[in-house]
Amino acid sequence: MAHAETLDAHDAHRGGDAAATHHASANLAHHFDNLEQQREAGSLGMWLFLVTEIMFFGGLFTGYIIYRAQHPQAFAIASSTLNWKLGAVNTVVLIVSSLTMALAVYFAQMGSRRMQIIFLVATMLLGATFLVVKGFEYADKFEHHHFPGLNFQWNEAVPAGVSTHHIQMFYWIYFAMTGLHALHMIIGIGAMLFLIFYAYRGRYTPEYHAPVELTGLYWHFVDIVWIFLFPLLYLLGAHLTHGGGGH
Amino acid sequence: MSSHDPSNSPSSDPSGLGALGSRARFGHENYINANYGIKSWLLTKDHKRIALLYLASVTVFFILGGIYALTIRLELLTPAGDIVQPMTYNKLFTQHGIIMIFFFLIPSIPAVLGNFLVPLMIGAKDLAFPKLNLLSWYLYLAGALFTIWALLNGGIDTGWTFYTPYSTTFSNTYVVAAGLGIFINGFSSILTGLNFIVTIHTMRAPGMTWFRLPLFIWSHYATSLIMVLGTPVIAITILLVAMERIVHIGIFDPRLGGDPVLFQHFFWFYSHPAVYIMILPSMGVVSELISTHSRKNVFGYSFVAFSSLAIAVFGFLVWGHHLFTSSQSVYAGMIFSFVSFAVAIPSAVKVFNWTATLYKGSISYDTPMLYALGFIGLFTIGGLTGLFLAALGLDVHLTDSYFIVAHFHYIMVGGALMGYLGGLHNWWPKITGRMYPEGWGRFSALVIFVGFNLTFFPQFLLGYMGMPRRYHAYAEEFQVLNVMSTAGASILGFGLLIPGIYFIWSMRYGKFAPANPWAATGLEWRTASPPPTENFFRTPVVTWEAYEYRPMEEMEVIGPDKEQAAQPAHGEATT
Amino acid sequence: MSEHIVSKKLYFIIFGALMVLTGLTVWVANLDLGRLNTPVALAIAVTKAILVVLYFMHVRYSSRLTWVVVAGGFLWLMIMVGLTMSDYLTRGFLTYPR
Repeated sequence: MAHAETLDAHDAHRGGDAAATHHASANLAHHFDNLEQQREAGSLGMWLFLVTEIMFFGGLFTGYIIYRAQHPQAFAIASSTLNWKLGAVNTVVLIVSSLTMALAVYFAQMGSRRMQIIFLVATMLLGATFLVVKGFEYADKFEHHHFPGLNFQWNEAVPAGVSTHHIQMFYWIYFAMTGLHALHMIIGIGAMLFLIFYAYRGRYTPEYHAPVELTGLYWHFVDIVWIFLFPLLYLLGAHLTHGGGGH
Repeated sequence: MSSHDPSNSPSSDPSGLGALGSRARFGHENYINANYGIKSWLLTKDHKRIALLYLASVTVFFILGGIYALTIRLELLTPAGDIVQPMTYNKLFTQHGIIMIFFFLIPSIPAVLGNFLVPLMIGAKDLAFPKLNLLSWYLYLAGALFTIWALLNGGIDTGWTFYTPYSTTFSNTYVVAAGLGIFINGFSSILTGLNFIVTIHTMRAPGMTWFRLPLFIWSHYATSLIMVLGTPVIAITILLVAMERIVHIGIFDPRLGGDPVLFQHFFWFYSHPAVYIMILPSMGVVSELISTHSRKNVFGYSFVAFSSLAIAVFGFLVWGHHLFTSSQSVYAGMIFSFVSFAVAIPSAVKVFNWTATLYKGSISYDTPMLYALGFIGLFTIGGLTGLFLAALGLDVHLTDSYFIVAHFHYIMVGGALMGYLGGLHNWWPKITGRMYPEGWGRFSALVIFVGFNLTFFPQFLLGYMGMPRRYHAYAEEFQVLNVMSTAGASILGFGLLIPGIYFIWSMRYGKFAPANPWAATGLEWRTASPPPTENFFRTPVVTWEAYEYRPMEEMEVIGPDKEQAAQPAHGEATT
Repeated sequence: MSEHIVSKKLYFIIFGALMVLTGLTVWVANLDLGRLNTPVALAIAVTKAILVVLYFMHVRYSSRLTWVVVAGGFLWLMIMVGLTMSDYLTRGFLTYPR
């Protein structure tokens, strides 16, 4: 084996024991020279993927910014009907889940299988909590016929110069952005299931835990998207209605 | 036959690495004969095999798009609309555009030649993510199937640009199906780009520094950046168009207070850089071909390398020149016009440097070189007419006329297709282990060049005279030029058939190719033809600069793969 | 080049900062700052995002390449927003005779 030497040298450098060497070579794909190269490739790949995600959400952000600039009043009115308290709760939930994810990565680095699984499960449950809260919010919007489309209704008075079309547009952007965000959360939770399974089987070691790390990057990215969505969608009209809240 | 050939003929190759055929005749195990059966191809993770899968599938789409093109030219032979209905004509040019752009031009060089050559040129065993590579081919197929489904169901008539509100509100054709096809295909493109960037960053052989990389790699790196940064935007745009059509909600519909021009911003944010996805890889190919076949280092290596990156970056700043007549603000128009002119600078740097490379070079007019020279001429015409269109005032006269059609065909066919064909000829010996017939190759290159110019040069005149694009009938006075164009298209079509035939022929009957038929310097020529599954018999260590061409006699002493030839070939014992 | 391990304590500090900033963004939104509401909200969001990127995502301890990739992503988003806005913001500059 051409790369056996490199591998041994690599593990010696890390101070890995015989068992770790065994794991390392099992987890090394044939076309890489060593685990370090594999880790770098995986991490760069994940970051590039996140860049594509920035541009993907970026299209919607651009649409939001342009229409918001053109119809500030309509957007503020529509925004004030969103329940910012639930939004804030979800923000907290997501930030806590980011912390638990970071800790899961930390314990993977430390080689603690038990703590790693505990924090992965916690992250997953927090993600699920977020989705449930989101579900209640969506249900409320459907009930009030605020989902855009043929059944959209706006029964409250609007100030002169404000078109309900633009109020509807806010809702469309709201549903598109939060919907895509929720889809990303679901994918993240799915990935978490795989991680828990493999962590339980003891696959991740201080030498090899790239999947946990990369899923972590993805999860934090989804958190960042929400960090922008929360003020931009929920808090727009808060100072107009003083307190806002659902109706 | 190439003048370099005797220097490396198989007989002078003691290991028999140059011979290909059955394993017995071939003398070493390679990626083609490593294993057999349909499954070994459809589930392969070898970048070389995936390149061949792409080669087969883009060829099918090229033929399909070509048939649409010929039908369009046939209709335009006479002023009256006498062969197809107006609606059918709309579908013809739409489908021609969608297939040629999304399913042929964008994947052509990156996914076929790039896939095959990027790991070989940098001395890697494979791309960084082989499974993603295979997945991206399946995504391409899935996207293609959606589009074919749309075509079979009655087609789509919005133009390849899907402009709103026609596409979202009025068109009664299969917009969503075709859109989904492009959406899925977009992910294939993203994954390919991502794979290339990571591979080029992390998988280079020892000693292969950034400034020793072939320019082909630099241009593919720049292309991949565009794929990664631009494609997600077209994905979200198509998603919005589809939602607008399906659920009647949307942000482009003027009746709902939306702005259709926003669609054009989104669309061209991707689709203008996408033009550079098509042309940049071709430029990389041409850098290789010019250097190899004039036996000289590329003049101003670092300028050519950085001009690729400059084109990729500038490419993202110019999309508004597609909106000069779309009620875009004139002030934005001025910015976009100015930056569009700026793109000419890195493009011109390349053209001048290729020309300077030829100066006092030892030029041999092999088929790949003919294509490369054709590329320089045609790309120059395409690029310079692009400057006409970047000028705000002149664009108002020329927009949506045949001038535009001629301009972008000079870039896409004269540029991208010439590069693809030239590259395919140049690396055919490496890919298949067989030579193509050189005489036929040169003949067809000339026929294609003549046919191409006869097809599209008259269209510049037509456009300048005022013939609009996308109509199936036209005024009598345009007929002479249109007949010329149609005649040219027939010659072009005939010319393209020839390589199609002799490539297939050569796979069985072609002369065996030596490891390095062109006595070129790239790493890919220092392994066997065709390469073994792991590309190199052992990891190469690079100690030389890119394009270190020497006189032929010296070249023979270094030997194309003396180092590897010394090692007994795999499988020899079994013969 | 082995990976850097961030201490648990630092994670908790960052978490605390994120919570404080979340509270701040809600509080500020209820004040009428006129035109400044959105810039302030965005500034807080950007700060939070930077904290997450630097510490939770370990970019602070990553290679220069990672920095370039992250910065490039946001730069390209800015290009898309900025140049599109160059159209929308200047449309009213020319008054057409009616």
